[in-house]
Amino acid sequence: MMRFVIAAVAVLAALPARAEIEIQEVVSPAGVTAWLVEEHSIPFVALELRFKGGGTLDLPGKRGATNLMVGLLEEGTGDMDAMDFARTAEELAAEFNYDAFDDAVMISARFLTENRDEAMALLRKSIVAPRFDEVSLARVKDQVVSIIRSDAKDPDRIASQTFDKLAFGDHPYATSLNGTEDSVKALSRDDILAAHQGALALDRVYVSAVGDISAIELGQLLDELLAGLPATGAALPGPATYDLAGGETLVDYATPQSVAVFGHEGIERDDPDFFAAYVLNVIMGGGGFESRLMTEVREKRGLTYGVNSYLIPKDLGHLYLGSVASANDRITQAVDVIRDEWARMATEGPTIEELERAKTYLTGAYPLRFDGNGPIANILVGMQMDDLPIDYAVTRNDKVNAVTLDDVKRVAARVMRPDDLHFVIVGQPTAQDG
Amino acid sequence: MRRMMMLAGLTALAALPLRAQEMVTDFMLDNGMQVVVVEDHRAPVVMHMVWYKAGSADEQPGVSGVAHFLEHLLFKATDTLESGEFSKVVSANGGRDNAFTSYDYTAYYQRVAADRLELMMQMESDRMVNIRLSEDDIATERDVIIEERNQRTENSAGALFREQRIAAQYLNHRYGVPIIGWKHEMENLGLDDALAYYETFYAPNNAILVVAGDVYPEDVKTLAETYYGVIPANPDLPERVRPQEPPQTSARRMEFRDPRVSQEYVTRSYLAPERDAGDQREAAALTMLAQVLGSGPNSVLARELQFGTKEAVYVSSFYSGVSLDDATFNLVIVPAEGVSLADGEAALDKTVQQFIKDGVDPEHLDRIKMQLRASQIYARDAADSVGNRYGRALTSGLTIQDVRDWPEILQSITGEEIVAAAEAIFDKNNSVTGWLMRPELQAEVSQ
Repeated sequence: MMRFVIAAVAVLAALPARAEIEIQEVVSPAGVTAWLVEEHSIPFVALELRFKGGGTLDLPGKRGATNLMVGLLEEGTGDMDAMDFARTAEELAAEFNYDAFDDAVMISARFLTENRDEAMALLRKSIVAPRFDEVSLARVKDQVVSIIRSDAKDPDRIASQTFDKLAFGDHPYATSLNGTEDSVKALSRDDILAAHQGALALDRVYVSAVGDISAIELGQLLDELLAGLPATGAALPGPATYDLAGGETLVDYATPQSVAVFGHEGIERDDPDFFAAYVLNVIMGGGGFESRLMTEVREKRGLTYGVNSYLIPKDLGHLYLGSVASANDRITQAVDVIRDEWARMATEGPTIEELERAKTYLTGAYPLRFDGNGPIANILVGMQMDDLPIDYAVTRNDKVNAVTLDDVKRVAARVMRPDDLHFVIVGQPTAQDG
Repeated sequence: MRRMMMLAGLTALAALPLRAQEMVTDFMLDNGMQVVVVEDHRAPVVMHMVWYKAGSADEQPGVSGVAHFLEHLLFKATDTLESGEFSKVVSANGGRDNAFTSYDYTAYYQRVAADRLELMMQMESDRMVNIRLSEDDIATERDVIIEERNQRTENSAGALFREQRIAAQYLNHRYGVPIIGWKHEMENLGLDDALAYYETFYAPNNAILVVAGDVYPEDVKTLAETYYGVIPANPDLPERVRPQEPPQTSARRMEFRDPRVSQEYVTRSYLAPERDAGDQREAAALTMLAQVLGSGPNSVLARELQFGTKEAVYVSSFYSGVSLDDATFNLVIVPAEGVSLADGEAALDKTVQQFIKDGVDPEHLDRIKMQLRASQIYARDAADSVGNRYGRALTSGLTIQDVRDWPEILQSITGEEIVAAAEAIFDKNNSVTGWLMRPELQAEVSQ
């Protein structure tokens, strides 16, 4: 008895008919939901799994456990050690990627139609029954420690980690999910097993697939792939409190070009003003060469190679950040220009021309993102993580077009807060002339 | 069990097509501009690219960085477009544009909806011959490229080390000069330098048009003839002959110290032949050698040094034969904690010598060939990258036929050829060894 449902179908009709993308919601016999686009012209499938809650699930004193656990998933399972596992994947020409973020664990797979069952059986073993043997544990710990040490000397990483620390107090968002050298070295196999049980659970999994597979085949595949994972995982921590006033923090570091990360609190993904804020940021610093920041800091004054701004709506907090890099004797000037532009946008908002240009860009660019099995699978799993409806892709451009000049002006005054702007500067800025 | 695995592998090999249908068409315009069309009709998107057979290695001595500087300046005004208008028009059409410069090529691209292709061709063909630069543009944009150098190179110990290492590798060839330029020469780049490069190299008979995506070759041809076909060829285009490397007869060693280094490591590079038109077999053997030796956990170096003796945190080999002149074959080892750079380097050499004695594991070679075949299936998901592959090859002295032949040549390489390639390339006299290090303890000077 097949308890198999295609619950909903959305067609991205904004594209010409021949390139329609039909998104199906598939519910497997065991109840796993996935979004699927069938695309049979190339004999492979791109599969994306996301487990909500990543580095934020680390228990007190166990910083880095989730990240290390994810790094160990490809290091052997059952009677296969790391090399056996890699060898089998090579034989199948299947590609698996495992990664940890603050709010999610990502597992991506690309596999051929002709050996799909073998590839999925192998992926399953790595997810459900990883070995976490002591030899691999020691080796991957060394790799993570090496990354932690590199980050400590990288001006970009120093800047963003300093900002996070100042902004989020005791919350996991305040520190790197890699952990510290000490916390990683202290992690035991039991800590890794606990992190595995806590993070990879069925109550938090999101799935998308694009490629040469039918809805029924996908349903069966998912049930076999995920069977054996715990029904529920670890509880997420509470919301992060933003705790940083406007100002400037200098991290003295001997390097010729200063790097600055700047910003303040942002806006939640499900805030009714999010769309207007998103459009606003494209105008401010999120677009290409035409954004205000690029125009004022790079094109007019030649103060930097790149300056940008971006909204970061995380699950448990939100930021509105930007970054810039300028030679030590020019960074102060760059910072002044950015402060002025931030204040100008907050009080005046964008012009109608800027708004229209941003809207044409955003609406024109959106369909172009759906240009391959891999990219589409990524978009679909992201939409589910953001709790967006399956027809979101169809209505998204209408939402952009509905943003009015009044909306962006109002949201500029609300979201851009020049007095709260905090700059973390890493380098050795010198006083500027004139 | 092992035998079963191998059989499974062989079956899979037989089932995969030897050459995936990339749907690539090519033709030539009357003025000598070559056109490559990669069809992918799954999404109404197109990538429009113009590749010039001119990169940093084509610069005159003393003006390093001018190829890249000019690339930036092509986003300024033309006879019909204001400064910055090019990118504005692209983004107002929902597209994205940019450009990149390498040793052997400079390329410009726009990714847009397929029905905007004509507009892109109109603008790109315009700036092939009609840029109008002011001294103001020069001064501001020169500051931008210097900040770009700061960001990419000056702020990174690893990048500075790499720059010195490549300079040590090439005594006579311009590959030894960084693409972005030496800082002291960048600071003096002027309008005349940029225009001299532009007038010499920017012409249809020195360019390749690559269009990848939802397009048909007939339509691309009509548009290309309208916009690019009307630009006269440059009759004075210089022949692309650059100073070549003399034979290397002595090993070169360098140490680079910087307080910003966190992880010390050793690199080794050997001057190596590149892929040549109609003659790619040696480069194919080197390509396979790089895979066998140092790509993935089952490669010879990783198996021995990361998983076996545990002397390395990371070890790798890499080689790219797409290059107009001599390429390099590279090894790198990041020693484990407590292992010195000298011991790491010795372990690397020992493992390579042992490999030459032992030869290639046939099962390993089969797996690599299987992955290469599969990569052709996966590549069909990304027409842009297929277009890129053709652009790089055609600006590096290869032909369309060479690109088409390449996968089959790789499949035909034997274990014996790989070992022979290793014996030929791993000659200490033909090498540059670099140590990236933290500063020495300054006990003596800090009294």
